[in-house]
Amino acid sequence: MNKVLAQQPDAASAAAAPVIEFRNVTKRFGALTVLDDFNFAVAPGEKVTLIGPSGSGKSTVLRILMTLEPFQEGQLTLAGIPYHEPNGKGPFRASDRHLHQIRSHVGMVFQSFNLFPHMSVLRNVTEAPAAVLGLSRAEAECRAIDLLRMVGLADKKDHYPAQLSGGQQQRVAIARALAMRPRVLLFDEPTSALDPQLVGEVLGVIRNLASEHDLTMLLVTHEMRFAREVSDRVCFFDKGRIVEEGEPERIFTAPAEPRTREFLQSVLG
Amino acid sequence: MMYGYAWDLTTPLTYAASILPILLIGLTVTLQAAAAGFALALVLGLVFALLRRSRIKAVALTTAFVVEFLRDTPLLVQLFFLYYVLPDYGITLPAFLTGVIALGLQYSAYTSEVYRGGIEAIPRGQWEAATALNMTRWQTYRDIVIPQMVPRIVPTMGNYLVAMLKETPVLSVVTVLEMLGLANMIGERTFEYLVPLSMVGIIFLLLTLICSAGIHRLEKVLPKAGIPLR
Repeated sequence: MNKVLAQQPDAASAAAAPVIEFRNVTKRFGALTVLDDFNFAVAPGEKVTLIGPSGSGKSTVLRILMTLEPFQEGQLTLAGIPYHEPNGKGPFRASDRHLHQIRSHVGMVFQSFNLFPHMSVLRNVTEAPAAVLGLSRAEAECRAIDLLRMVGLADKKDHYPAQLSGGQQQRVAIARALAMRPRVLLFDEPTSALDPQLVGEVLGVIRNLASEHDLTMLLVTHEMRFAREVSDRVCFFDKGRIVEEGEPERIFTAPAEPRTREFLQSVLG
Repeated sequence: MMYGYAWDLTTPLTYAASILPILLIGLTVTLQAAAAGFALALVLGLVFALLRRSRIKAVALTTAFVVEFLRDTPLLVQLFFLYYVLPDYGITLPAFLTGVIALGLQYSAYTSEVYRGGIEAIPRGQWEAATALNMTRWQTYRDIVIPQMVPRIVPTMGNYLVAMLKETPVLSVVTVLEMLGLANMIGERTFEYLVPLSMVGIIFLLLTLICSAGIHRLEKVLPKAGIPLR
């Protein structure tokens, strides 16, 4: 009952209510604490970049949001829906149905693309809308062609992933995620696996998405110039916490924290 | 005389020619048993493999136990059990069906391991992509995992098909009239075993070679990345 209310907030509270909210979330892998009493909120439509040294917990934030990883303590809500159910069982403390509902709002683009190698580009983009959302093949294909056009790959629709470059594969993966019409799209180092000359085409697609859509975007990246350009907010992570956050201009030109400064110096040279 | 065919013992060649039709009748039984047994092993093996990966611990453990039991007891024991013990509990199955079930059960234990290895070889990223697209576990198996697993397991499954084919003569002990059983009966009546038994050996050799060639061909034709099932 509460869920229904939470999903359809009135216009006034929608503007104020964050679409993502971590409250005191702690995530451990065995003895290792990856997120430590973590607090973080994202407003609808906001583009947030997570930067920081590897192992600082940036990717874990995305993986928890995508329900690929459970967390142990604290609360996390997405569009008002709490991840943990009051009497939820298993590591996720939620039923499959509940997880299914959460996932319907989130999409993810992976570092290694993870396209389905046995399916054509078109099939990669139509499979889930047809199987999960129940779209007819024709509807799913119509949607897919539009998205493939947007990422500049409509002419490759009958190719297989192995026939595409890494940059093209990642653009298909972006189209595939968008085909599910998520409210929140997560990018987990989307250009880290690419040859340097292919990075630009993928960043171009993400940049267009960021400027033209009210999609909420969370981006983990090592492309600092790009982060500065597309994000509304940059969060610097270290040891499972956000050490510093703010507008990209300020973070990149006048970081307040010494650890942020050190990190930026090491990556920007 | 058997199945209306009389044997001609004049020379080994005429003997061979005269009993060939009889052995070919046995061959059809052999092929039917192997085909049905293997089909059962393929289906049941997949069911076992999936149940063994169930998130419900009791289901996974029970399946593991059953598979281990089937794998670690001799086929002949299972066959005798099905044929001689089950009737005591009111379940009487025809000899041929008993043979098919015994072969299928034993080999399903082997194929389930092949499936398990094939499923585990699918990169984790594929599962994660499917989860991110909100596909259910069942949809992920059906559309992502199993289609990619099939080309990888064909060679090993082929080996088990050949192995099962060569084990079908075991069915003769529960009165299934397959090829070896018939050859034996011919020998008993003519007191001349060399020719019928040699023929059975040669026919099995040919069968095995044909099967291996067919599997090799299948390996080449199947797309390496996998085949969408739908």
